[in-house]
Amino acid sequence: MTAPPSVVVVTGVSRFLGARVAARLAADPRIDRVVGLDPHDPPASLLGLLEGVERIRADARAATEAIADLGAEAVVHLAVTSVPDAKLGRAGMKEQNVIGTMQVLAAAQGAPRLRKLVVRSSTAAYGASFRDPGVFTEDTEPRAVPRGAFARDILDIEGYVRGFRRRRPEVAATVLRFAPMISSSAETSLTRYFSQPVVPTVIGRDARLQFVHAEDALEILHRSVTEDHPGTFNVAGTGVLMLSQAVRRAGRVSLPVPETALSSGAALLRQFGVEQIGLDQVDLFVHGRVVDTTRLIEEFGFTPRTTAAAFEEFIQAHTEGSTVTADRLALAEAAILDGIRKAREAAS
Amino acid sequence: MSQDEYRGDMLPGHTDFQLPEPPPVQRVNGRRPIPEKPAAPEPAAAEQPAPEVDVWDQRVADALAFLRRRLAGAYEVDEFGFDRELSEAFFHPVMKVLYRDWFRTEVFGIENVPSEGSGLVVGNHSGTIALDALMLTVALRDKHPLGRHLRLLGADLVFRMPVMSELARAAGATVACNPDAERLMTSGQLVGVFPEGFKGIGKRFADRYKLQRFGRGGFVSAALRTGTPIVPVAIVGAEEIYPILADVKPLARLLGVPYFPITPTFPWLGPLGLVPLPSKWLIEFCPPIPTAHLTEFADDPLVVYNLADQVRETVQATVHELLEKRPDPFGP
Repeated sequence: MTAPPSVVVVTGVSRFLGARVAARLAADPRIDRVVGLDPHDPPASLLGLLEGVERIRADARAATEAIADLGAEAVVHLAVTSVPDAKLGRAGMKEQNVIGTMQVLAAAQGAPRLRKLVVRSSTAAYGASFRDPGVFTEDTEPRAVPRGAFARDILDIEGYVRGFRRRRPEVAATVLRFAPMISSSAETSLTRYFSQPVVPTVIGRDARLQFVHAEDALEILHRSVTEDHPGTFNVAGTGVLMLSQAVRRAGRVSLPVPETALSSGAALLRQFGVEQIGLDQVDLFVHGRVVDTTRLIEEFGFTPRTTAAAFEEFIQAHTEGSTVTADRLALAEAAILDGIRKAREAAS
Repeated sequence: MSQDEYRGDMLPGHTDFQLPEPPPVQRVNGRRPIPEKPAAPEPAAAEQPAPEVDVWDQRVADALAFLRRRLAGAYEVDEFGFDRELSEAFFHPVMKVLYRDWFRTEVFGIENVPSEGSGLVVGNHSGTIALDALMLTVALRDKHPLGRHLRLLGADLVFRMPVMSELARAAGATVACNPDAERLMTSGQLVGVFPEGFKGIGKRFADRYKLQRFGRGGFVSAALRTGTPIVPVAIVGAEEIYPILADVKPLARLLGVPYFPITPTFPWLGPLGLVPLPSKWLIEFCPPIPTAHLTEFADDPLVVYNLADQVRETVQATVHELLEKRPDPFGP
């Protein structure tokens, strides 16, 4: 195993994951310098995290020079968004995901001292089709081009990484396909979805879901920078929660609606900028997505929290809004049994 | 008995006369010689004696606890979506009524199903809708000493349909594809597959009990790759439940289904046409075909094809044997 890189460039530090990864790497004494690249300033809530990180506010085009000039030994590309920005819309999202990745990879290819490349991908790379196998391994090819914008971007991004691997075979390129992240503090469209008191689902469909705890995702990202783990890996908690089961565990009430209604409802919300729910999410709720994490666990020697445990932690932090909790159900059960006993005593 | 064989000592009244020993009691049909106690007594138990009340207390408490677990999401689902608790508490009891009382199913050769480790159960497919797959699942739960769960591999059409897809997954089925089949077999499950597919269940009544082509033998290569023994199974009875007299191809194409059946009752009687005719069912498991020594031939088309053919012929021959055992399709 080679020594940890001394200069690490992290893209997308204005966002939850990027800021945390940069902070974690900066806290690692084996790494001398952590540089955060982002076209946007991080929000005030993340600024505290980024104290040990040199920040360069630059878009991807300017970043090309920065990566070579800094003598980066590792590039961690996290500037991949799953939902369009309310202001910039889908065009901005594609610009950032696809064009941004292209430029970062071009810069990485030209960086002479580069030894490591870590790219954030998603399990959306497997697409969504009714002919899909129940469990995806890293070698599963998507059956059809997905209709979700994010999934299409992910396929493009992984295509660029394949090209990069061909051109710089000596660089250890790690692609991490993350399941949706969840934790007590992470804020994503999925966590907001599960925080509502009434959760819309698709009639006649009950998706199999997997989550990964955000802390475990950080640990995996950290290890792939400091250690050598070339290849593509699924990152998810083992085990499965059905969507209906997750809604029940969260003590929420599900509201089944037809798929078309959910799609158009999501489009309306997008239109008004209320919430960015894409076709990616609708597809996830229709098809579900379960991945095999054997390769990750063997290669990294690290087992992420199970999906159920990660979700349980999320529920504990979001108890407001839950109505049908396990405690209340247990109380109701006891009350009914008590009622029957009393009725019987009264009758006899 | 001919005249020559006449022997006086065989007549009643003689001192050496012995009553001929009756043959051992054999279940020749679904009805039992001795009535067994019903599995679930009717809920009209109000006039039952007092000690029975405690049983009912227990049942009510169990049912409430089950309901609470379901509503709180406190159950486990495997990676394919198989909900063991729901299957055992709900799907199997419901299907068992059909299995036992409607089709009077008899099962032979259950000892050929492996008690532990993986197995690939390969059967003939018939009956317009795949009731035979469900009855096979119940038969294994009911008759196998360990009550093994059968994990069915279904056509992608099943998983395309809303509601149906989720019921299938909860009952332990998954899409018929090599990755899933191999994954289930490596984890030591009993996998059920019907290689005839829609060709089998959609064939006309005139072609009953004639096995159709066995696809590309994908099930064989999956079994070879994992060294899983193949258990051929013959199912007799499913052909008569919805006899297909004709198949309206244009309507099927319009609806996007593989066939549109015309049976004596469907679509003439509307929903009543969905009631299966009460044929007599026989299921026989044949001796397993070991494959552990053939692992390196998983990609050899000749070996795969020959093995698929062997399975097909075994099933076809067993179907004929079973048909001889059952002269009347709607007999007792």
